[in-house]
Amino acid sequence: MSDDPNMADTIPEPPEGQVWELRLYVAGQTSKSARAFANLKEICEEHLAGKYRIEVIDIKENPGLAQEDQIVAIPTLVRKLPEPIRQLIGDLSSTENALVGLQLRPAPWD
Amino acid sequence: MSKTTTKRVSANRSLPKTPSGIQGLDEITQGGLPKGRPTLICGSAGCGKTLFAMEFLVRGATEYDESGVFMAFEETAAELTQNVLSLGFDLAELVAQKKLALDYVRVERSEIEETGEYDLEGLFVRLGHAIDTTGAKRVVLDTIESLFAGLSNQGILRAELRRLFRWLKDKGVTAVITAERGEGGLTRHGLEEYVSDCVILLDHRVTEEISTRRLRIVKYRGSVHGNNEYPFLIDEQGISVLPVTSLGLQHGVSGERISSGIPRLDTMLTGQGYYRGSSVLVSGTAGSGKTSVAAHFVDSACRRGERAMYFAFEESQAQLVRNMRSIGIDLEPWIKSNLLRFHATRPTLYGLEMHLATIHKMVNEFDPRAVVIDPLSNFASAGTTTEVKSMLMRLLDYLKSKQVTAVFTDLTSGGSPTELTNVGVSSLMDTWLLLRDIESGGERNRSMYILKSRGMAHSNQLREFLLTDHGVELADVYLGPAGVLTGSARLAQESREKAEGLIRKEEIESKQRELDRQRQALESQIAAMRAEFQAKEEELSRTIAQQKAQQAQLAQDRVAMGHSRKSDSDGDKTPSSPKT
Repeated sequence: MSDDPNMADTIPEPPEGQVWELRLYVAGQTSKSARAFANLKEICEEHLAGKYRIEVIDIKENPGLAQEDQIVAIPTLVRKLPEPIRQLIGDLSSTENALVGLQLRPAPWD
Repeated sequence: MSKTTTKRVSANRSLPKTPSGIQGLDEITQGGLPKGRPTLICGSAGCGKTLFAMEFLVRGATEYDESGVFMAFEETAAELTQNVLSLGFDLAELVAQKKLALDYVRVERSEIEETGEYDLEGLFVRLGHAIDTTGAKRVVLDTIESLFAGLSNQGILRAELRRLFRWLKDKGVTAVITAERGEGGLTRHGLEEYVSDCVILLDHRVTEEISTRRLRIVKYRGSVHGNNEYPFLIDEQGISVLPVTSLGLQHGVSGERISSGIPRLDTMLTGQGYYRGSSVLVSGTAGSGKTSVAAHFVDSACRRGERAMYFAFEESQAQLVRNMRSIGIDLEPWIKSNLLRFHATRPTLYGLEMHLATIHKMVNEFDPRAVVIDPLSNFASAGTTTEVKSMLMRLLDYLKSKQVTAVFTDLTSGGSPTELTNVGVSSLMDTWLLLRDIESGGERNRSMYILKSRGMAHSNQLREFLLTDHGVELADVYLGPAGVLTGSARLAQESREKAEGLIRKEEIESKQRELDRQRQALESQIAAMRAEFQAKEEELSRTIAQQKAQQAQLAQDRVAMGHSRKSDSDGDKTPSSPKT
């Protein structure tokens, strides 16, 4: 991130050629999950068009993964790449928080 | 009695329980934790919550064939495994056998961004998966409150926790939820609101620099339970809760007698020694030989092939063994053959309850027939008189219920009346031996008497108590015009008497000899006189015979003369008086 305060509101470009790998953990087909997926899709299209990959994992179908990936809350979005790994929980209805969580925007206090 | 039994049976029927397997806890709860329901274990940091929960699972897996799931929020599986290894719990092995599932749930607030509505379905899925794969009947959540630190939306969290406990009940698993002790309530985040079937409080209290762990069942819905605070131990065998309340006076008695190890003392106790299962108090001032009496007792128990346990609160094992060897009691072989076990600690090492708990535990494990507490007066430094007395009462009841003969030594402070024991327990004792110092003639001697011995006509005599190189010996004291004499005064008196006796004996002998002499003299006199008399007698009888012969001759001559004078008298006529 840039230290220049004027840059605070601009969206930092991810490293050249970097593809964002995102995993959305859901548990069955719930309205929350659907909402989360829709919100995620929207954010990605707006900020990461063409540079992202979303994988939806239903832990009900694959419960072992919940333990492996330390999933507690549902829905959970994990940014696997770029590193570091970030975890976001909730239906992503708060776009502001989601962008901060994905480090697509610096936190307001930065 | 029968009434309470039926009550208990019906209580058990209405509320099935899952044995925790934790020593002592199932007694207090009359069967264990509520089956298929969550139990809350709360307590401050370091009071043993995690261990309690872990033991619940391990015992379930190893003793009751019930597998379990441990969901840890604070420690990783590796850390947990490492931590409980010292208690003999091999988690890795249990996990490999699919009897246990460990799941570490990591919730770190700084790494999580909350972006809207969520639930904890992930936790449910993980738990459900672990339960299903192991077939678990027991579940531990340690410490689920960590979620409050990791997640900020309290509304969601509380709703989800409520759902979780409901879900656990529906699953039919017996769950243990641990929680940190809070300021105002039992737990920091009010978990008792959700988990209210059974609440157990663990406590780690320090009073006067002595710490004691205690357990109390705050609540047990639908079941009777012990209400007291029970001390518990954590040692290499896990947790043991010790329900050491007074057992009452229902214990059976034995008519069997066992030797005190001191033959003369047995004689004083109507020749047979103590009753088995009785309690013996040996009190006396410092250095009066209390420990020696106790050592004799354990020695004799071991000689009979019985196990004995020696709780020493003043001397170390090595020191005791060495000191007893100096009076000819060799305890070493008994220790080697595991008949005798020592437990030497300082009374201030831990609290009274803990001492009681330890003694209980060790007696339970070793199962001795004889126990020595040496000295019990030292407990006074670990509690008030009332506390000590109550502790000893419970200890005595416990030992009696196990038919263990116990010898307690008690140090009475010099100057105070010897009949007053420091901790006022004499009334609880069956036999009371009093060791005393007698100071006179510039030396100190020991004496002993039996102040009381319930159920036997014991001797009322004071005996001199001698510590010799072959053990304790009891000698008669000298009772004379000058009073009771002991030690060298007794020896002096004895030798004086011996000397006097010798003189008297000589006098008698010389008188005897004189008498003999006189008798001899007299007898020889008699013999001489008799000989003289005999001589005279012979002479006289000779004279008599002569005269008789002369007389006869005379008569014959007269007859002959008559013949010659043609006397008309017949010759056959008896010679008549000569005619004149």
